[in-house]
Amino acid sequence: MAFELETASHPETLKRVAIEPVSRVEGHGKVTLLLDDDNKVHQVRLHIVEFRGFERFIQGRPYWEVPVMVQRLCGICPVSHHLAASKAMDMILGAKLTPTAEKLRRLMHYGQILQSHALHFFHLSSPDLLFGFGSDMATRNIVGVAAAVPEVAKKGVLLRKYGQEIIRLTAGKRVHGTGAVPGGVNKSLSVEERDLLLKDIYQMVAWSREAVGIIKGLFEKNLAEYNAFGRFDAHSMGLVRADGAMDLYHGGLRARDKSGEIIFDHFDYGHYWEKISEDVKPWSYMKFPFMKHLGPDEGWYRVGPLTRVANCDFIPTPLADHERKEFLAYDAGRPAGATLGYHWARMIEMLHAAESIKDLLHDEDILGTDLMAKGERQERGVGVIEAPRGTLIHHYRVNEDDLVIRANLIVSTTHNNQAMNESIRQVARQYFDGREVTEGLLNHIEVAIRCFDPCLSCATHALGQMPLEVTLEDAAGNTIDSLYKDAHGVSRGK
Amino acid sequence: MNANTATPAKTKLRVATTSLAGCFGCHMSFLDIDERILQLVELVEFDRSPITDIKHCGPCDLGIIEGGVCNAENVHVLHEFRKNCKILVAMGACAVNGGLPAQRNHLDLRDILEEVYQTEPGLTHGGIPNDPELPLPLNKVHPIHEVVKIDYFLPGCPPPADAIWKFLTDLLAGRTPHLGHGLLHYD
Ligand code: SF4
Repeated sequence: MAFELETASHPETLKRVAIEPVSRVEGHGKVTLLLDDDNKVHQVRLHIVEFRGFERFIQGRPYWEVPVMVQRLCGICPVSHHLAASKAMDMILGAKLTPTAEKLRRLMHYGQILQSHALHFFHLSSPDLLFGFGSDMATRNIVGVAAAVPEVAKKGVLLRKYGQEIIRLTAGKRVHGTGAVPGGVNKSLSVEERDLLLKDIYQMVAWSREAVGIIKGLFEKNLAEYNAFGRFDAHSMGLVRADGAMDLYHGGLRARDKSGEIIFDHFDYGHYWEKISEDVKPWSYMKFPFMKHLGPDEGWYRVGPLTRVANCDFIPTPLADHERKEFLAYDAGRPAGATLGYHWARMIEMLHAAESIKDLLHDEDILGTDLMAKGERQERGVGVIEAPRGTLIHHYRVNEDDLVIRANLIVSTTHNNQAMNESIRQVARQYFDGREVTEGLLNHIEVAIRCFDPCLSCATHALGQMPLEVTLEDAAGNTIDSLYKDAHGVSRGK
Repeated sequence: MNANTATPAKTKLRVATTSLAGCFGCHMSFLDIDERILQLVELVEFDRSPITDIKHCGPCDLGIIEGGVCNAENVHVLHEFRKNCKILVAMGACAVNGGLPAQRNHLDLRDILEEVYQTEPGLTHGGIPNDPELPLPLNKVHPIHEVVKIDYFLPGCPPPADAIWKFLTDLLAGRTPHLGHGLLHYD
């Protein structure tokens, strides 16, 4: 299969420009462009350059270790992996969570959404949006933002802090906690802890509303450019609650086509493989998922805040729902299909997370102590959650000795693989063709990638191989590792 | 130091940070110093780091490395940091001893490749990625001190924000960094 600008017909005649590493994103990625002598673009690719082999080395481990291990895939959204794995293991146990356990997990999850969205918007993306995509590289970062608009930077830092504190109080630790366990949670929330969080939540709701205002204002000011930037049409997918509401913790899968028509709805994610398949391309360690019945050329889709806000029928908290309606109606709905619309949608979700936290903190169940449930033991477990970056799928099989015998993960960023590639190809068409390549121009490509808030670290859980030989030497010049490709195209050690 | 003649802008410590085979959790823990980050940027300036757009490290006072070494590119970046940074720090379990990614060290690379990219039942078209743009993965994940000299090790997965803060403030004050009880974690 071939997508436009994916593969140049004569790469050897072209010059290569690389963005390496992609910065102000999480994880390890690079972009390569192939241009001819007139700077016309012939090939654009986002490569995911790291590998982990996680699905393989989790095998043979006891299932209860998994929620704690998997979160080490990603330090920005560890809670998402922690909870998706826990949900899969609930299924292995056949457990239906107690109300307190489910609400504590939801609290942890919304804390995670809040901190991750704040981090992405303020610490990583705001420099592009506030200063301009081609602005001076030296100040195009959070330090520059702190110098230019200290109030904005400070609110960003404090929003993130609040989300991290929720995680600490529900999971025991801000990064890589242990709060969720198969069948429930292992820590209740004390009255003091609840009150501590209650103290600041109204401020967080207010600042989240302001954040929606910031991105809305930026759209107003740059409407034509923002609507067109890196724009492409795509199908979309995400979880929705049984009544069609946005629900980032649990629901059924809903997919819509490019025109917004439903493709499937309330599909039981326990059978996700009936709907989704994946392709591998030689130039990236990240796979390319697509909807099976449409095939790889037609069936790719996007996930994440933009699709979730547009995909659901309503948001079950009033302020965010109000913002959602405004977003969808704004300029005849064009921002809701724009790549930069991801930022706007992300801030609406941050507001929804803050409101949800407020509601959960007012719910008496949150102080309950009935934390664990049991049921009839199963062999297969699938856990799906809407992580900050999109739909996250964890799938395990566990044998009668309680050991994991198979694992498959489709992380949020992987779903967006084709979409990110489409978006940067569109930017290349819009801005590059025929122009001299400058640092500021190259940043436009990264601005498009950042819209998706990719977690390239999560997306690199698989292993790959290279047709080269390499040796690793220690500081004294002794070879300590090496790798080469054998006659069968297989990597072998020394 | 020379309090009378020092111009504040000149005394800023130049710091570079990077993530090799890590999950960015250590960088998150760094950001977990919260408001103190606004204080910190008065005292340090960032060179190459995931939060800036500087793609290659220049001369720096301090380099902070998250993650171990799992591919040829990691090795390259690690050498770049060692060459440019007066002090190099291993931040977190992955940099110190390989961490979770090193769980793959007892497995055969071929098996993992095939399972993930060829025999996984969810795949329509399998095939092991092999483009020259992808850095060669190493057979094993290595701690960074096996490859270059490291001056300080901050343990923990991740090290607590307060440990990172203590380390930095000690260094800024010209003291030998010392993490006392409560700041050393081995989780
Ligand atoms: S030490 Fe822990 S937090 Fe740091 S990179 Fe490794 S897994 Fe992530």
